[in-house]
Amino acid sequence: MAKREHFVGKADEFKDGDRRIVFVGDTEIGLFKNQGEFYAYSNTCLHQAGPACEGMIISKVEEKILPDGTSAGLYFSDTVTHFVCPWHGYEYNLKTGVCAADRRLRLRKYDVMQKDDGVYVIV
Amino acid sequence: MEMISDRDRRISVDELNTSRLLAHARKETSRRGLDDVLVIDVDAHHYENEHMREILPFIENDVQRQLALQSGGRTDRGGLLPGAVGYQDMGGRVTRFALRGSEKTDPGKHRDIQLGQRWMDAMSVDYSCLFPTGMLTVGLHPQPDVEVDLCWAYNRWITEKVLPESDGRFFSMLNLPMSEPDAALRTVETFGHRKGVTGFMITAVRHLPVHHNSLMKVYRAIEERGLALAFHSGVNWGENVFKGCNRFISVHALGFSFYNIIHCTNWVVNGMGERLPKLPVIWIESGLAWVPFLMQRLDHEYMMRSSECPLLRKKPSDYMRDMYYSSQPMEVQDMNLLESTFRAINAETQLLWSSDYPHWDFDLPTVVWDLPFLSEKAKHNIVGGNAARLFKLPPRNEKQQANLKRFGNPPG
Repeated sequence: MAKREHFVGKADEFKDGDRRIVFVGDTEIGLFKNQGEFYAYSNTCLHQAGPACEGMIISKVEEKILPDGTSAGLYFSDTVTHFVCPWHGYEYNLKTGVCAADRRLRLRKYDVMQKDDGVYVIV
Repeated sequence: MEMISDRDRRISVDELNTSRLLAHARKETSRRGLDDVLVIDVDAHHYENEHMREILPFIENDVQRQLALQSGGRTDRGGLLPGAVGYQDMGGRVTRFALRGSEKTDPGKHRDIQLGQRWMDAMSVDYSCLFPTGMLTVGLHPQPDVEVDLCWAYNRWITEKVLPESDGRFFSMLNLPMSEPDAALRTVETFGHRKGVTGFMITAVRHLPVHHNSLMKVYRAIEERGLALAFHSGVNWGENVFKGCNRFISVHALGFSFYNIIHCTNWVVNGMGERLPKLPVIWIESGLAWVPFLMQRLDHEYMMRSSECPLLRKKPSDYMRDMYYSSQPMEVQDMNLLESTFRAINAETQLLWSSDYPHWDFDLPTVVWDLPFLSEKAKHNIVGGNAARLFKLPPRNEKQQANLKRFGNPPG
């Protein structure tokens, strides 16, 4: 089936950190705006089909290991943001949709385009 | 509503509505036709600590009741129950914890019933066994008489105020104050006949020699009434052996299985299966991976140390296969291992699906329904047929009745 553009909203309606759930027929898509870019993913968690895009948005947790191998504790990444399925906490990379705990798993990603002053998801 | 993310960033989320949160669950269970299948959840929870003002007046002792009402009569545990360090909601990642208070219910029916029926309807669950949350730590209470008081008060409240409003969809296995065997016996004798009571539950987070002679009268009383005994596990970072753990995942992953491993070991090696042959025993909320581990360990040692288990007439694993296990949290990362586990525990007749909703690691019935190695009969049995037989629960529609008959489960 040929892909189609589905209008989501006007670009100036979205500020960084916003997210919107879009329904295209039976398909639910989570659209995020992050650092000026739009990302869209299937809103069905790979775990038990929860609403993957509807929960917390939070930076990835990292651990600092010093040259001598000791831990200097946990910290939030400055570069990697996750969105988290609210059912059980499955975390996904906001830029790629890759599952944080198992990089072989990835949410289906949808292309997003901006045309004129609108934001469209391609399904 | 806003949740606090990293660096104090605020994330906007909708206020909680369980039906909306679980809309995908409705879709998934509906797609699989689970409304035509009797689905029984043998482990679900409510937050009774939000209703302490209703519960505490049922405390019998005048002095304790006054103390409790004054210090614990707020909508939380106050100073009454042992607290525990833990991060069940992972800093808000599991949003329903923080948002719980925002969910609206209607006047009339008890709030916990309304909330419960929302998630039950979403998951296609027909009946659910309701357990407390805060009181799962009552076994750690330093005052045995207060444990007795709190269990009594909760048991009266739930059987008199909550279960009667559930249209028969909730049942419970009531909290036993195991620190005082006489009080535990009185609990069985008083509550064993009440509507909605299908058995009694031991909060497994405690140091308890379950085989102790003082407890036999309690087990006998449950067995005589045709009711079940459950061990409901939990987590306790204060347990000495876990004090070396620095992350909650470690304590949670190990703790739930740890307590039931100990109690099950004592139960089996002391021949409780021989002494109480008609008592159904259920091991709740420890997952399943621990069961084949324990079967193998005990069988191996029993073959060499049989003099220490003189009551046993068969292997420890055979006694374990006579008992029941709730499925949650089902460890599904290795299907081959899981299939072997199902075989080892005779899951087709002994496994009981459970959700543990609303706790953070709940399972949908699809976790069982979608297992590729299960027969249709096993699926029907595990999601509800086994529990229907055990707790004598009837089907709620004709298709469920037909399915029960089809797979040899007598309808109610």
